[in-house]
Amino acid sequence: MALDTRTDRRPSFAGLLWGSTVGKKTAMAVSGIVMLLYLVVHMLGNLKIFFGAADFDAYAAWLRTIGEPFLHHEWFLWIARVVLVAAVVVHAVAAYQLSRRDIAARPTNYAHPSPGHHPWPRRFAPHLLLRRRASYATRTMRWGGVILGLFIVWHILDLTTLTVNPRAEAGHPYENVVATFSTWYGNTVYIVAMLALGLHIRHGFWSAAQTLGAGRPGRDRLLRGLANGLAAALTLGFIAVPVSVMTGVVS
Amino acid sequence: MRLTLRVWRQKNADAPGAMSTYEVDGISPDMSFLEMLDTLNEELILGGDDPVAFDHDCREGICGACSLVINGDAHGPERTTTCQLHMRSFSDGDTIDIEPWRASAFPVVKDLVVDRSAFDRIIQSGGYITAPTGAAPEAHATAVPKPAADTAFEHAECIGCGACVAACPNGSAMLFTSAKVVHLNSLPQGAPERASRVLDMVGQMDAEGFGGCTNTGECATACPKGIPLFSISTMNREFVRAARKGR
Repeated sequence: MALDTRTDRRPSFAGLLWGSTVGKKTAMAVSGIVMLLYLVVHMLGNLKIFFGAADFDAYAAWLRTIGEPFLHHEWFLWIARVVLVAAVVVHAVAAYQLSRRDIAARPTNYAHPSPGHHPWPRRFAPHLLLRRRASYATRTMRWGGVILGLFIVWHILDLTTLTVNPRAEAGHPYENVVATFSTWYGNTVYIVAMLALGLHIRHGFWSAAQTLGAGRPGRDRLLRGLANGLAAALTLGFIAVPVSVMTGVVS
Repeated sequence: MRLTLRVWRQKNADAPGAMSTYEVDGISPDMSFLEMLDTLNEELILGGDDPVAFDHDCREGICGACSLVINGDAHGPERTTTCQLHMRSFSDGDTIDIEPWRASAFPVVKDLVVDRSAFDRIIQSGGYITAPTGAAPEAHATAVPKPAADTAFEHAECIGCGACVAACPNGSAMLFTSAKVVHLNSLPQGAPERASRVLDMVGQMDAEGFGGCTNTGECATACPKGIPLFSISTMNREFVRAARKGR
């Protein structure tokens, strides 16, 4: 009897995911949620600035000692950085590849842009079938993501490596933050980026929930509410710092 | 009614196309949109011109053949199929833009006719059950829970017209594919191929060159049969479940 020589090589889970549009979106959703969780912690940590320089600097120093003595000095910070860089890379590469594909899939635009549907049937419950147009947040995901990527580069050069922050001194995070937000360009770049962040999360969180299969008819209001709440809380929380420096609450 | 029509004219798949302007007069508000196009075509034929090619078949909103983007909306301003759209939705003196579905996976064949066989290939890749069918089975043989039956029926309503692809800014076929996947995966009869169905159909959908889903919701808004947007989320869930099992 001849044996079946066919090898049943199943594609790996990761291979199946990365090889399909649905799976690539799953990778984007997961990496996005990793970044989102980090941002919540980052925003809450930033608010320490309202307790004064001593508290804020002690908090910054504590970040370097998390996990000691099991972890060495600053190891936790470096682990977090590696995870975040991985998340950003996965998110950006998947977004780039999917966007290229999406643009190629719709090479011709309509001569007549969509004006929106009439509610139908007009006599009954017009709200039911009102055309739900893609929101501003939805339509700005790609360029919003590019803006956030550029902002992250500036933000690290400004407050981590202190390269572009001329008045900064290593080891004085409170003074460095105040120095950044004492310039008009520092405030402008930061506030614009945080508004872009809010828009990105508003669609991104809800969209990630759909991608991960959490979307159900009875849960849509909850998911949209969570997305809007997270977007608003993060934007306001982050913007509170430059606004306080500008108004002199923090100096 | 007197109308100005701006219609996409394209001789064949390789020729470049352009919008051409026509005037039609004597249109009744009770005419369907396709009857209005028939009126235009009669005039074109009498004048010795090439009539406008467009897809149509049952003209009662159940076959999914008609496919026009009217004033920027798939199937026009009402939420129904083009054949069930009536001229009373427009006003005397209107200018109406009529274009074909736009997606690289739906190449234009002629004028307003596009080739939608990519949808057929997606169905062939997994939109079936392998259980032998024949005479109607005994109704109590396989019990189907009521919620599952309702979900399956809601998704079985898809007529495969392609309005979802036409409305999507990414030319994505996720709503169509998910309607078929959720329809069969909800039922016990579709259970044996539950994993391979979603993997194969998504694979074929990608191979056809459709774009990815960015959850803009334009597809579900354009769908004349009301396939809900959450069906895409259900398919995503099925896909990850199947990928984890490795078929």
